[in-house]
Amino acid sequence: MNEAIPGARPHVTLDEELIFDRSGPGKTGAELPPLDVPAISAVEAVGGDYVRPEIEGFPEVSELEVIRHFTRLSTWNYGIDTGLYPLGSCTMKYNPRINEVVARMEGMATDHPYAPEPLVQGCLRILGETARCLKEITGMDAVSLQPAAGAQGELTGLLMIRAALDDRGERRGTVLIPDSAHGTNPASVTFAGYHVRNLKSNARGCIDLAALESAANEEVAALMLTNPNTLGIFEEQIEEICRIVHAKGGLVYMDGANMNALVGVARPGEFGVDVMHLNLHKTFSTPHGGGGPGSGPVAVKAALEPYLPAPVIEQAIDGSWKLNYNCPKSVGRVRAFYGNFGMAVRALAYILAYGPEGLRQATEDAVLNANYLLHGLKQAYELAYDAPAMHECVFSDRRQAARGVRTGDIAKRLIDYGFHPYTVSFPLVVQGALMIEPTESASKEELDRFVEAMLAIAREVEDDPNVALTAPHTTRVRRLDEVTAARKPVLRWQPTAETE
Amino acid sequence: MRYLPNSAADRARMCEAIGLRSGEELFAQIPAALRLNAPLQTPGPLSESEILDFFRQAASQSSKDYTSFLGAGAYSHYRPAAIDMLLSRGEFFTAYTPYQAEISQGTLQAMFEFQTLIAQLTGMEVANSSLYDGSTATNEAVLIALRVTRRERVVLARTLHPEYREVCRTYSRNLGVALEEIACAHSGQVDLQRLEAAIDDKTAAVVVQSPNFFGAIERIPEISQVAHNRGALLIVAVAEPLALALLRPPREADIVSGEAQSFGVPVAFGGPYAGFLATHEKFVRQMPGRLVGQTKDADGRRGFVLTLVTREQFIRREKATSNICTSQSLCALAATIYLCLLGKQGLRRLAEHNLAKAHYAAQQLASVSGAELPFPAPFFNEFVIRTPGDARKVLAALEEEKILGGVALERFYPELQDHLLVCVTETASRQAIDRMAKVYRRLGRRETVMGEADLRAAPAGKGTRG
Repeated sequence: MNEAIPGARPHVTLDEELIFDRSGPGKTGAELPPLDVPAISAVEAVGGDYVRPEIEGFPEVSELEVIRHFTRLSTWNYGIDTGLYPLGSCTMKYNPRINEVVARMEGMATDHPYAPEPLVQGCLRILGETARCLKEITGMDAVSLQPAAGAQGELTGLLMIRAALDDRGERRGTVLIPDSAHGTNPASVTFAGYHVRNLKSNARGCIDLAALESAANEEVAALMLTNPNTLGIFEEQIEEICRIVHAKGGLVYMDGANMNALVGVARPGEFGVDVMHLNLHKTFSTPHGGGGPGSGPVAVKAALEPYLPAPVIEQAIDGSWKLNYNCPKSVGRVRAFYGNFGMAVRALAYILAYGPEGLRQATEDAVLNANYLLHGLKQAYELAYDAPAMHECVFSDRRQAARGVRTGDIAKRLIDYGFHPYTVSFPLVVQGALMIEPTESASKEELDRFVEAMLAIAREVEDDPNVALTAPHTTRVRRLDEVTAARKPVLRWQPTAETE
Repeated sequence: MRYLPNSAADRARMCEAIGLRSGEELFAQIPAALRLNAPLQTPGPLSESEILDFFRQAASQSSKDYTSFLGAGAYSHYRPAAIDMLLSRGEFFTAYTPYQAEISQGTLQAMFEFQTLIAQLTGMEVANSSLYDGSTATNEAVLIALRVTRRERVVLARTLHPEYREVCRTYSRNLGVALEEIACAHSGQVDLQRLEAAIDDKTAAVVVQSPNFFGAIERIPEISQVAHNRGALLIVAVAEPLALALLRPPREADIVSGEAQSFGVPVAFGGPYAGFLATHEKFVRQMPGRLVGQTKDADGRRGFVLTLVTREQFIRREKATSNICTSQSLCALAATIYLCLLGKQGLRRLAEHNLAKAHYAAQQLASVSGAELPFPAPFFNEFVIRTPGDARKVLAALEEEKILGGVALERFYPELQDHLLVCVTETASRQAIDRMAKVYRRLGRRETVMGEADLRAAPAGKGTRG
């Protein structure tokens, strides 16, 4: 860049080092008030064998250096606040600011989980009201907010199914999963002690009733399905699907990852579903936070209610809230305390802000946006299945692959146009999938710009595939060597490590 | 609605463009009988100021005006203002998991720093970029041990957090794993003889917590020897990681699991928190959750990526090391910022303040007639005290003074009637500790008057428990 001054860069953020490289002996970013009790020697208090010397290599930086370090790092990220984030199946919708304010409020962020119940009625009420709203939205009979994320919700639901079948004296060993399912589904099945049996989708991308009919037998504990499925298609035969599974004594688990297509429009409780989970970080706007925290409440029909993780939240006749630990049939605890309470605060704030009509409008906008994108893109990209979309649409890279450009390359080129990529190569049933979910948070203008960018990339692929193959061209770092990263993992900074 | 960017006119134009007459037609795929024909019965809509009022009202029914001596896996520490300022940057909190590395370097580098800080604190070689919480991280450590050793028994110290043990039980129930719990010695620490007797050639892992649920610091080298003699792995859970700033790290452990909530994450009625998992390089491919690795880009510049992803569910599906998809990135980021702010010396000083305050409090309370510290083992910022008389009465009297005096242990350990788990961090002033001691003295005197004989005959205090 500037050859006169070696090492110069056009912008300060280009070379923010690791915090360990900024460290200098004796610096600190936090000070304590004077100790108001007699100081004691650690060696005397606990014994010399138990005390450690100073932590070698631990950072020593001032407050301002910490602020600058993380502010600079933040500028290397793309967030929903930056622009359209159309990751399919992730539901990257706007994270309302008031939710962050109320979650940090004294009395919401400060109560201890073991404080006496009469003194934490506010927090208990938030849990109770959130569960009540989720029951209404899903049409189910009871909700637990304990699971920390969607995958834990799945596992909890499967454990409940298992416990219910055990109670009936039935030992079943298999869970059916459509081949379009998210990877957590089969992984959760394994950790529930079941075997996975994959179900092939039909030509429309949906569950094949004949295949289901022949797979459903007395060995099948449950069918685990996502509706709308990961192709963004509503399983129109859902009632028949549930009937087939129930007829053989199995239960139906619904992965509620795509609930953003249904809120206020249809309720899984009326489909025949026995148990499902929700992702508060998808449908209910709690922030993804760069990969968590999430929250994965489970909702069940009355028959499964006794198996919910303990404790369950209850309201007494006098209006007060309490935690009931007396749940002899409970599958047990899946997490310490009561789940990701702070996420429930945000989800409830979201539900309150919209109100019933607003929630339905948001769903309608999410589905309209997805169909608008589908319409705009289908001239240049091959639709995986030619069906109307719900909240997301899935294309295949087949046309572009003929020019040597894959879905991952198109995604990288999209970064140059100022967008976060869609979900790449998922679902697995589609060759080179481009899975696009705009959510209700995308404006028409933004969708139009996105379509223009995608069409421009399709043209580039025809003219000069190399542009996409070497993308991105505008980012701070270019494509990263993932192979070496996995072959010779460097997972931490070392005081002796060579840094640039 | 204020969050929705499209106007009615936008919607009409979009419908027209795709050949729809109304928004309702979008849902034609859903059988009519399954479509809702009435609005949901949920509250709202509320404006922003009404939302604020609603939560203010809820927050007013809280314990926020109380001085808290509650710990037991959720610790009150001062959170520097810079943490929330930085977490509130939209680029951090509105980003997704950093799968697109070129536009996620901020999260990736911060998580690489988190992994380093946790490895430094725990004395392990590597750490992952967080798990749900301490309880689930400990359970995942158990699952690693089962895979690595191909054995099916696990020995848990009964002084491992009761809710961590419950989580392990829930997960192991259907996997053909036998969990056995062992009581602690008179010291409050793991009973090495009992431990030795409980381990056999089928034992995959021994799980202890240090400082344990009673606050006692465990003798990790000795425990490690007993576990390793029979080929079992040693898992050390850490619920109060501030202790690691002062105490010898559990280097002899095979896996260190724990909870990073103490580092700048609010107590928030139990979550969200940030679990961590640290181990040796040889087990790294058995680890669950996300790992960030350093690498180079096409021009040779340093960059970071999610790595060793073939362990994870989205690649391996039913053969994955875990079903976990989400980590606790933002909470781990809070912990990273917190640890950077405090730094090497700040964290040490903070740990020394906790140590001094807890020991001052223990001394003040134990000097009251009828009160006693039942466990002689060394402790950090948490300890068990036998109350002068009925623990419920003590807690009620303290509540009147706006003090939450501790966790009554009877709920988890029926044999520890009239025992409280008391946690004293830097947030407790000497004045509050003195006020608590005053209540103890008042009740202690009353107990003395009411009958010393009864007190001496009280069942708790002797014998093996925990």
